[in-house]
Amino acid sequence: MFNLTLSELSQALSRGEYSSRELTQAFLDRIQSLDTQYNSFITISEEQAIEQAKAADAIRAAGKATRLTGLPIAHKDLFCTQGIRTSCGSKMLDNFISPYNATLVERLNQAGMVTLGKTNMDEFAMGSSNESSYYGAVKNPWDAGRVPGGSSGGSAAAVAARLIPASTGSDTGGSIRQPAALCGITGLKPTYGRISRYGMIAYASSFDQAGPMTRTAEDAALLLQAMAGEDPLDSTSSTQAVPDYTSTLNDNLSGLRIGLPKEFFAEGTDPLILQRVQEAVAEFEKMGATVKEISLPNTQLSIPSYYILAPAEASSNLSRFDGVRYGHRCDTPKDLEDLYKRTRAEGFGAEVKRRIMVGTYALSEGFYDAYYRKAQQIRRVIQQDFIDALNEVDVIMAPVTPCSAFHLGEKNSDPVSMYMEDIFTLSLNLAGLPGISIPCGFADHLPVGLQVIGNYFAEGKLLNIAHQYQQVTAWHQQAPANLSED
Amino acid sequence: MEWEVVIGLEIHVQLATNTKIFSGASTAFGAEPNTQACAVNLALPGTLPVFNENALRMAIMFGLAVNAEIGKRSVFERKNYFYPDLPKGYQTTQLAEPIVGPGFIDIETDDGDTRRVRIHHAHLEEDAGKSLHEDFHGMSGIDLNRAGTPLVEIVSEPDMRSSKEAAAYARKIHAIVTTLGICDGNMAEGSMRCDCNVSIRPKGQETLGTRTELKNINSFRFIERAIDTEVNRQIDLIEDGGRVIQETRLYDPDKNETRSMRSKEEANDYRYFPCPDLLPVVIDDTYIDNIRASLPELPDARRARFCEEYGLSEYDAGVLSSDRAQADYFETVTGLTQSAKLSANWITGELARLLNQADLTIQQSRVSAEQLAGLINRIQDETITGKIAKTVFEILWNEGGTADQIIETQGLKQVNDTGAIEAAIDQVIAQCSPQVEQYIQAEPDKRGKMLGFFMGQVMKLTQGKANPGQVQGLLKQKLDQRC
Repeated sequence: MFNLTLSELSQALSRGEYSSRELTQAFLDRIQSLDTQYNSFITISEEQAIEQAKAADAIRAAGKATRLTGLPIAHKDLFCTQGIRTSCGSKMLDNFISPYNATLVERLNQAGMVTLGKTNMDEFAMGSSNESSYYGAVKNPWDAGRVPGGSSGGSAAAVAARLIPASTGSDTGGSIRQPAALCGITGLKPTYGRISRYGMIAYASSFDQAGPMTRTAEDAALLLQAMAGEDPLDSTSSTQAVPDYTSTLNDNLSGLRIGLPKEFFAEGTDPLILQRVQEAVAEFEKMGATVKEISLPNTQLSIPSYYILAPAEASSNLSRFDGVRYGHRCDTPKDLEDLYKRTRAEGFGAEVKRRIMVGTYALSEGFYDAYYRKAQQIRRVIQQDFIDALNEVDVIMAPVTPCSAFHLGEKNSDPVSMYMEDIFTLSLNLAGLPGISIPCGFADHLPVGLQVIGNYFAEGKLLNIAHQYQQVTAWHQQAPANLSED
Repeated sequence: MEWEVVIGLEIHVQLATNTKIFSGASTAFGAEPNTQACAVNLALPGTLPVFNENALRMAIMFGLAVNAEIGKRSVFERKNYFYPDLPKGYQTTQLAEPIVGPGFIDIETDDGDTRRVRIHHAHLEEDAGKSLHEDFHGMSGIDLNRAGTPLVEIVSEPDMRSSKEAAAYARKIHAIVTTLGICDGNMAEGSMRCDCNVSIRPKGQETLGTRTELKNINSFRFIERAIDTEVNRQIDLIEDGGRVIQETRLYDPDKNETRSMRSKEEANDYRYFPCPDLLPVVIDDTYIDNIRASLPELPDARRARFCEEYGLSEYDAGVLSSDRAQADYFETVTGLTQSAKLSANWITGELARLLNQADLTIQQSRVSAEQLAGLINRIQDETITGKIAKTVFEILWNEGGTADQIIETQGLKQVNDTGAIEAAIDQVIAQCSPQVEQYIQAEPDKRGKMLGFFMGQVMKLTQGKANPGQVQGLLKQKLDQRC
C-alpha cells in the first residue's frame, strides 16, 4: 500500500480493502521504523491520528465519505495544528502548541483526512537544503548523503520515501518546487492568494503560499481542491471561484503554446538537467504542443530583489517571537532588554538571524529607498516580464534547479551559492504566479524536476499538463532504491 | 523679549466600534485583563489581520466633519518596535497614504476672534495593550484587552498660539467626535488622548523654535496646564542662555512639571513599510457620498441653530452644542417646556453642578430630560417658585420620582392666595418696625433696594412658597401706604 497514490488508496478504502484505522496504523508503523534514516518528521501525532482515522471510518460507514476521507497526510511544521506542536523548525517554538488550526489544516480535517504528523523544515522556512532546522538535517531518500532541498524538505523526503502518500508544503521562493524536484515528487505552488495563509506561520507574507506535495498531479489536484478558496480570516486570499481541478486533468494538449525562456537555459545549469527538461518538452511536442523561445530579461535581478524584500518582511514578521507570550524565553532575564536579546539570540538559528539583520538593514532610515523601494520596483518589472511572456504563450517550461541534490554541508558555509539554488523558482514568487515541479528523469541517479509556469489562477492548466505528462512517462513512479516494501 | 507660543496637537481618538480594528474581539472597557484578547491580539504565530469596515466608515465621517479630503486609496503600514504591550512587535498604522487628508476646523481665540486650525491629516491605527507595573514583584503585567482597539490619530498643523487655543481645539475635536458618535469621549478611560508639540519663538520670527512633545495628556485642563508649564520652562531655559532640545516629555499633574522621557537620539527607527497582510483600502465617491448623507448635525451648525432657533446666547449655545448628548438633552427639555432659556439655565447650572460633583456624564445623569422638563413646567405655571424648584431638583436627583409627586407630598406648592400673603406681610411689618421706620425715612429712590430685606423675611416666613411677584407688589403697596 505504501506505493499507492492518494487516489488509489481512496479507491482501496471505498472498496473496503482496509479501514482508515488500519491504513493509518500501517503508515505510522512505517514512519516509526524508517524515519530514523531520513529525519523527515519533527512530531508524530499518533494518538490524534488514530482518533481521526476512527472518525473517518465512522463517516465512511455512514456513507458520507468524500474522496479524501480517511487518507493520511503530514503537514509541514509551519501550519498550526490544534493540540499538536507547531515548531516551525525552530528552538523558538519548540514548546509551542497552537490553540487553533490553520485554515488549510481545518479544511483538510473537514474533508476527513488524517494527520499523521508534522514534517521537518528549514527554520522558519528559510533555507534551500533543510539544514537550518533546529531538529537536524533531513536526508534525501535517493542518497542519504545529500540534501532533500528546502524549506519543505521533510515533506518532500517523507513522500519520496513512501512514509506518507502526500504532504503540505509552503513556497516563498521555491520551497515546494525545489525539494519536490530534488526528491523526485510532484509539488505545486499555486497563485499567491489561492490558499489561505491563516495559521501558516509567516516568513515573507507577500510571497508565502501553501501547496500540495504528492507523487502525482492527480493527487495534487485532489488536495488543491480541498485546500483552495477564499478565507474571511485572510484578506489576501483570493475571491476567485475555485474550479473543479480533476475535471480538466484529461484535457487535450494539442495546440498548447510552450515558451522556453532563454535566460533559464543559459550556462551555469547542469547540462544533464537541461537535457532532461528538453526531453520533457519534446514529449509535449509529441502531444501537439508548439514551442518557442521567449525572454524574461530581468531574471538575474530576481535573487537580489527577493533577498531584500523577503528578509525585510521576515524581520518584521519574526518580531513577535520575543519571549513574552509563548515560545522560548531565556532564563532569569535581568530586564526587558536582556529578555529580548537573550531570548532571540538563543531561540533563532544562524540563517534566521542573518535574514532578520539583512531585512532590518534594508528597511532602516536612509537605506529604505536604495534597498526596499528599489527592490519593489524590480519586483514589478519582473512581474511585467512574465505578464508579457504569458501573452505570447500559454505556459512557460524551465528547470526547477540549476543542479540536482547536493551533498549535506556542501553549501552551508556559502549563503550566496545557497541562494542561487532558487534562481529558477523565486521569480514566480515575486510575480505571484503558479508553478508546478514534476519528475522528468535523472541526472546521475538523482531526480530532475521540470517546472511548468502558468498564468494567474491557471492551476487547472498546470495540473492538466502535469497529468498528461505522467500518463506517458513513468518518472513519477520511480522510487528510491533500498526502500523497504510492505 | 516677547515670545510667541506655537502649538500643534496630535489627538488619539478611540473609535466606538464594537470589535477591534483587525479582529473580532470586543473593545468594551474595563474587562478582566486579557479576557478580550483573541489569537490575533495575542499575535499568535500564523494569525492575520482583517480590517473592520466600521472603523473605516468612522474615520471617513471624521474626515468629512473637518472639511478634509478623503483618501480614495489608503495603505496600512507597519511601525516596528519592541515593547511588551505591542504583541506583534509592530503597530499597524498609516503613514504615506492616510485615510483623511488635509482639513481644518475653526475655534474661538482668547479675544473672541475665530482662528482656523489646519489638520495635516488623520490616520487609522491600532491601539497597544497596557503594561501594569504594580503588583508583580519586580515583573510587569501585560493586559492586551486594549490591543487592537481602533484609533484615529488627528495631526494638526502648528497653528495654535496659546494653551487656551490648544484646549479649545481639543474641545472642538471632542465635540465633533462625540456628535458623530464615533467616540464615547470618555477622557478618563483614555478614549481621547492628546500629545502636544510645543515651541516658542521671538515674536515676529518666521522660523519655528525647537519643539518638545508632551505625551498622553487626558484632560482639557491638563492640556492648558501642561503647555503653560512647558512654555515657562522653555522661556526660562532660553533666557538663561540655554537651548531647547527636541525630546519627548511627560507632564506630571501632581507636581505640575514636565520631565524628559526620551530625546530624539534615543528615538526608534521604526522601519515603516506597507503591511503585506492587508490590501490597500480603495473607496469611491459613492461610498463617501453615502457616508456624507448619513452625517448628523455637527457642533458648529447646531450652535448656530441654537442661537437662531432658541435665541440662546453664543456662550450657552456653545456649551450646549459641545457634546451631542448634552445638546440632545437640551432639545428634549426645550421641546417639553417650550422655554429654551429656562432649559439652558437649568442644564448649564444646577444639572452641570451635580453632574460635576458626582463625576458623571450627561448620559449617566440621575435626572432625565423628562424629569427636568416636568420641574421646569411647574416653575412656568407658577406652581412652585424658583427657589423651591432647587429643592425639588435635589430630591429628584437623590430620590427620583417626578416633580409633581414631590411638590404634592412635600407640600411645596406656591402660595398665590392674596389673603395669606397679606397676612404674612403684615406680620413682617409688625415685627420689623425699625426697618420699616428706616424705609419711611429713606429717599424714595433708595427704597427699592430696601424692599429686598422685607421680601426675604416674607419668603422665610412662608418657607419660600409665596409667589414672589405677588409678595413684591403687595409689600411695596403696604409700605408705601405708610410713607
